[in-house]
Amino acid sequence: MTLAVQFTHVSRHFGEVMAVDRVSIDIKDGEFFSMLGPSGSGKTTCLRLIAGFEQPSAGSIRIHGEEAAGTPPYQRDVNTVFQDYALFPHMNVRDNVAYGLKVKGVVKSERLARAEEALSMVALGGYGHRKPVQLSGGQRQRVALARALVNRPRVLLLDEPLGALDLKLREQMQSELKKLQRQLGITFIFVTHDQTEALSMSDRVAVFNKGRIEQVDTPRNLYMKPATSFVAEFVGTSNVLRGELAHQLSGNARAFSIRPEHIRFAEGPVASHEIEVSGLLYDIQYQGSATRYELKLDTGQTLSVSQANTQWLDTSAQHQTGQRICARWAREAMIPLHDVATESAASEAH
Amino acid sequence: MSQTLAHYAPMHRQSPLRRFANLLYRRPNLYLSLLLIPPLLWFGAIYLGSLLGLLWQGFYTFDDFSMAVTPDLTLANFGALFSPSNFDVIQRTLTMAIAVSIASAIVAFPVAYYMARYTTGKTKAFFYIAVMMPMWASYIVKAYAWTLLLAKGGVAQWFVQHLGLAPVLQLILGIPGVGGSTLSTSHLGRFMVFVYIWLPFMILPIQASLERLPPSLLQASADLGAKPRQTFMQVILPLSVPGIAAGSIFTFSLTLGDFIVPQLIGPPGYFIGSMVYAQQGAIGNMPMAAAFTLVPIVLIAIYLSIVKRLGAFDAL
Repeated sequence: MTLAVQFTHVSRHFGEVMAVDRVSIDIKDGEFFSMLGPSGSGKTTCLRLIAGFEQPSAGSIRIHGEEAAGTPPYQRDVNTVFQDYALFPHMNVRDNVAYGLKVKGVVKSERLARAEEALSMVALGGYGHRKPVQLSGGQRQRVALARALVNRPRVLLLDEPLGALDLKLREQMQSELKKLQRQLGITFIFVTHDQTEALSMSDRVAVFNKGRIEQVDTPRNLYMKPATSFVAEFVGTSNVLRGELAHQLSGNARAFSIRPEHIRFAEGPVASHEIEVSGLLYDIQYQGSATRYELKLDTGQTLSVSQANTQWLDTSAQHQTGQRICARWAREAMIPLHDVATESAASEAH
Repeated sequence: MSQTLAHYAPMHRQSPLRRFANLLYRRPNLYLSLLLIPPLLWFGAIYLGSLLGLLWQGFYTFDDFSMAVTPDLTLANFGALFSPSNFDVIQRTLTMAIAVSIASAIVAFPVAYYMARYTTGKTKAFFYIAVMMPMWASYIVKAYAWTLLLAKGGVAQWFVQHLGLAPVLQLILGIPGVGGSTLSTSHLGRFMVFVYIWLPFMILPIQASLERLPPSLLQASADLGAKPRQTFMQVILPLSVPGIAAGSIFTFSLTLGDFIVPQLIGPPGYFIGSMVYAQQGAIGNMPMAAAFTLVPIVLIAIYLSIVKRLGAFDAL
């Protein structure tokens, strides 16, 4: 297995602030890898460390086996698609795309041919003579993509490239990016704060929080088996139950996560593999494809329950706020969380 | 409850002032014309009117013997601009204006670049003040101060001697068209003073244009493989051309019209500005002075059209 990018105990401080704190990641060659996290979690700094716009305060960054720390951006075989696209306003689209080839001394005829080829790859053939200001946001985004890809980099870095697009266009670009990545076989490193985007596009996702990595896993595992309470709550929605109740319900874990859609309302006898709690229904939100119910449990905690509206009849009319209700879930749907367990263990030790 | 809410309901009785404000809101064009008419009147009547009135006098006749101006229209004054001695004045001024603009741009660019890209907060304020402070002092005082600095036995010469560069200075002062007997009576000295005096007018527009340059453009350039020199030539310089053009319009036109510095520093010989001053003051030949004022206007018009053709205003 070859590694496209390897971080070993990489840190980056800005004065007192630890933007990236002892991060180690292995990104495989040809992988679609996402860095997911809230703003200020260090994901963009990691991307900039790979591009060379930042230098690590400590640790080692290897790009295709070569130590990259200390080399400037123009000596690295990676290209970036910027969040604001960063197209050169004084050049037309063709010159923008051909820029990387021009500064490397590729002859004019070849670089124009390759620029045109790259533009047609992003469905912008024939737009070469236009200026960036004459293009829409989505088109600029494609130009930025073509400008990076024309250099045939081994690693492509994407810094929240879809953030400025509206929802429909964003979804369309998501599938196009994924398709392009499969065709070209280039390693894509994609920074986003949008968990749906990360889940739907990536082979693997790293979840960042406060400069550290909480979990690196496939989208499926990230959702089904979140390792920490942060991951459980940041990726999708989750009920994180802690303390006495958690211990009582799970038997061993000090904290666990349960997805709202894995809980159902039911009457009748409880199966042996199921767990039942009861509480007061205090809020109902109709969301179209699903309805969200908020419960206040008898033990004091709150619980979110999501029921898919699979029937064309609206079933939420059956429930009313203020109603007492029983909620059940399968024992296997409870995912024990590690961080809270260690935290509470530490606090108990005192 | 309803009583307290009524307190927040819109009021229907309006004062005349409020009604007037509403009228202006409904008629944006009226609002705009009320704002613009006073300055446009000033600009049209007083500024352009007097300028055209002055230029019109360029067609009047000046009698060399009686020293009297008569309103008989003639093109003789404009024709006289091309007489060898007058054309010499125009050429000398134009050469100086071009040289000063180029030198100011070269000196100003690094300062402007540093201000725009590397300073924040207090350091930036310090640089703003440092650049503008020379403008707080009277321009004439500064020009006189320079005559002393550059004079024989002045500070400049003292420095040159202590650095052991006196022979180099002698060599430079020996070059015809550049030198003179001392710095203060040389073209070089005059050029230095011009560059000094107009430098802030070049630094600030360049700084403003560099300030608008998003840092991500420079990162994108490096990311695509451009070495720092290539990023400078391909991205930074083309995008700062509007600023350089704006600054050079100042330095160019101010040099063309100046009449103090050429009198105080440098070899004898008129500049356009000092020519206008002499014609209308000492000689009383208002028509010839008016004809000379046309020269900078035409030169700047030509200069602007060249700059526009170079694409300086495309990125605005």
